[in-house]
Amino acid sequence: MPQIEIDVNGAHHSVPVEPRLLLVHLLRDKLELTGTHVGCDTSSCGACTVLLNGESVKSCTMFAVQADGSAVITIEGIGASDALHPMQEAFWKMHGLQCGYCTPGMIVSAVDLLRRNPDPSDDEIRAGIEGNLCRCTGYENIIRAVRSAAAALRNDESRHSVAELLPVGGSN
Amino acid sequence: MRPFAYTRTASSSAAVATVTADRDAKFLAGGTNLIDLMKDTVEAPALLVDINALPFGDIVEHRTFVRIGALARMSDTADHPAVVRIAPAVAEALLASASPQLRNAATIGGNLMQRTRCAYFRDVATACNKREPGRGCAAIDGINRQHAVLGGSRDCICVHPSDMAVALLAVDAIVRTRGPRGERSIPIAAFHTLPGDTPQIETVLEHGELIVAVDIPISRLASTSTYVKVRDRASYEFALVSVGAALSVRDGKIADARLGLGGIAPKPWRALASERALIGVAPSAAAFERAAEIAVGGARGYGHNDFKIPLVKRLIVKSLASVAA
Ligand SMILES: Cc1cc2nc3c(=O)[nH]c(=O)nc-3n(C[C@H](O)[C@H](O)[C@H](O)COP(=O)(O)OP(=O)(O)OC[C@H]3O[C@@H](n4cnc5c(N)ncnc54)[C@H](O)[C@@H]3O)c2cc1C
Ligand code: FES
Ligand code: FES
Repeated sequence: MPQIEIDVNGAHHSVPVEPRLLLVHLLRDKLELTGTHVGCDTSSCGACTVLLNGESVKSCTMFAVQADGSAVITIEGIGASDALHPMQEAFWKMHGLQCGYCTPGMIVSAVDLLRRNPDPSDDEIRAGIEGNLCRCTGYENIIRAVRSAAAALRNDESRHSVAELLPVGGSN
Repeated sequence: MRPFAYTRTASSSAAVATVTADRDAKFLAGGTNLIDLMKDTVEAPALLVDINALPFGDIVEHRTFVRIGALARMSDTADHPAVVRIAPAVAEALLASASPQLRNAATIGGNLMQRTRCAYFRDVATACNKREPGRGCAAIDGINRQHAVLGGSRDCICVHPSDMAVALLAVDAIVRTRGPRGERSIPIAAFHTLPGDTPQIETVLEHGELIVAVDIPISRLASTSTYVKVRDRASYEFALVSVGAALSVRDGKIADARLGLGGIAPKPWRALASERALIGVAPSAAAFERAAEIAVGGARGYGHNDFKIPLVKRLIVKSLASVAA
């Protein structure tokens, strides 16, 4: 069985994996990080979105072996319940969720969007989260949440990025 | 998913040799198409050769062309200033494809090799000659709203899903490969094949032949190119019909034209006769309508997809008018 070396939310793991193990199952079942959800298992819904070396990917459409040597950040690494990331706070305050199933992936995608574009227009926010489906909210409040998090982050550079969690060279 | 063996290499000759030696081996790039198909057992390779460590990730501008490495990600390619300037249609097509997460993972080589989204191809309980040669085609008399109106056969009427490949037709791209018998350069228009009675064959690549890069020659024509896509919703959806167009006008007459069509044929479709009809005439609505009429000569609908014929005609006229402006 191949052995992989992977950093998840700043912690190093050395794990044997069967080649067909999907990254999302490594995260959820082996590392017990169940914040990353499986909504469709067909690369469609985006609930499984994580950051791989700083860029959003769908962890249901990637083998764990493909992430060997990489740094992964899941929703648990974006913020903790006693120290929410501004994006999490904004989803809460702006009612950017109802059932919450899509929310971890939605937040990870939104964090990636703001890393590339700190001041997106509403259309750019819509394009940035096009790969994340929500069955509850109708998206309006999600867009409001991302807009408000963008403003908060622009005013507080120090909390802007999750880059501290990435090894040197992992983020760009 | 069926179990499989996995290996990776940083040498392209080793990758080619390993896949060439095993009929049931496949290359693994981003995995965004292959893994989905493996989950549904539409694909069940015995061995995956991970090519992500090969040195083909860069996009480099040379004096006469830009070279996009086969492992360049869709996202990086869409954002690359040289691609945006030299071949705007390609950048536009990539941005209109899939979603940010998928574009961050998916590669240019994998994009060209992605397989049809035909629902029957992806459902192993139904008949599909592409998946199981000889079993029949459930689409011809089935729900064929997504299917081809040009280039189909009695055995297969699927459409090719790649937006980028349609745009590459408008900019004369060349696919560079390394295979068991050496290297070759294949014009994009000659890369994909029509189903005929072998719908399981989709490109001219041999088993084990690896795409290493896509080259786009620098030309005025390519720099005028644009990509227009019509889909059921405004984002995150495959094309119903699409057009990649480029046009150059000299002294009031069309000097050269390229017209690639998507969503209407089993391969990215180059409307060569329409291009020829445009050359030498003044750009006008009438000239564009004539080119559109020529493009759908011989088209046939299968019921649910009849609407694609008038739709693609209108889109051709609209795209040509926008590149002529
Ligand atoms: C939800 C969803 C929506 C999508 N929407 C769109 C869309 O709107 N428009 C669009 O164009 N595409 C769309 N796609 C498809 C996407 O573009 C492809 O999945 C992607 O481009 C495949 O690239 P990859 O690197 O992940 O390929 P892989 O999945 O790794 O490989 C695909 C195939 O290519 C072969 N291969 C890979 N690299 C090479 C190489 N260098 N040489 C030879 N063979 C190779 C593999 O063996 C495999 O058979 C969508 C996909 C999903 C899941
Ligand atoms: S679970 Fe991965 S995209 Fe839906
Ligand atoms: S909040 Fe329920 S799916 Fe988005």
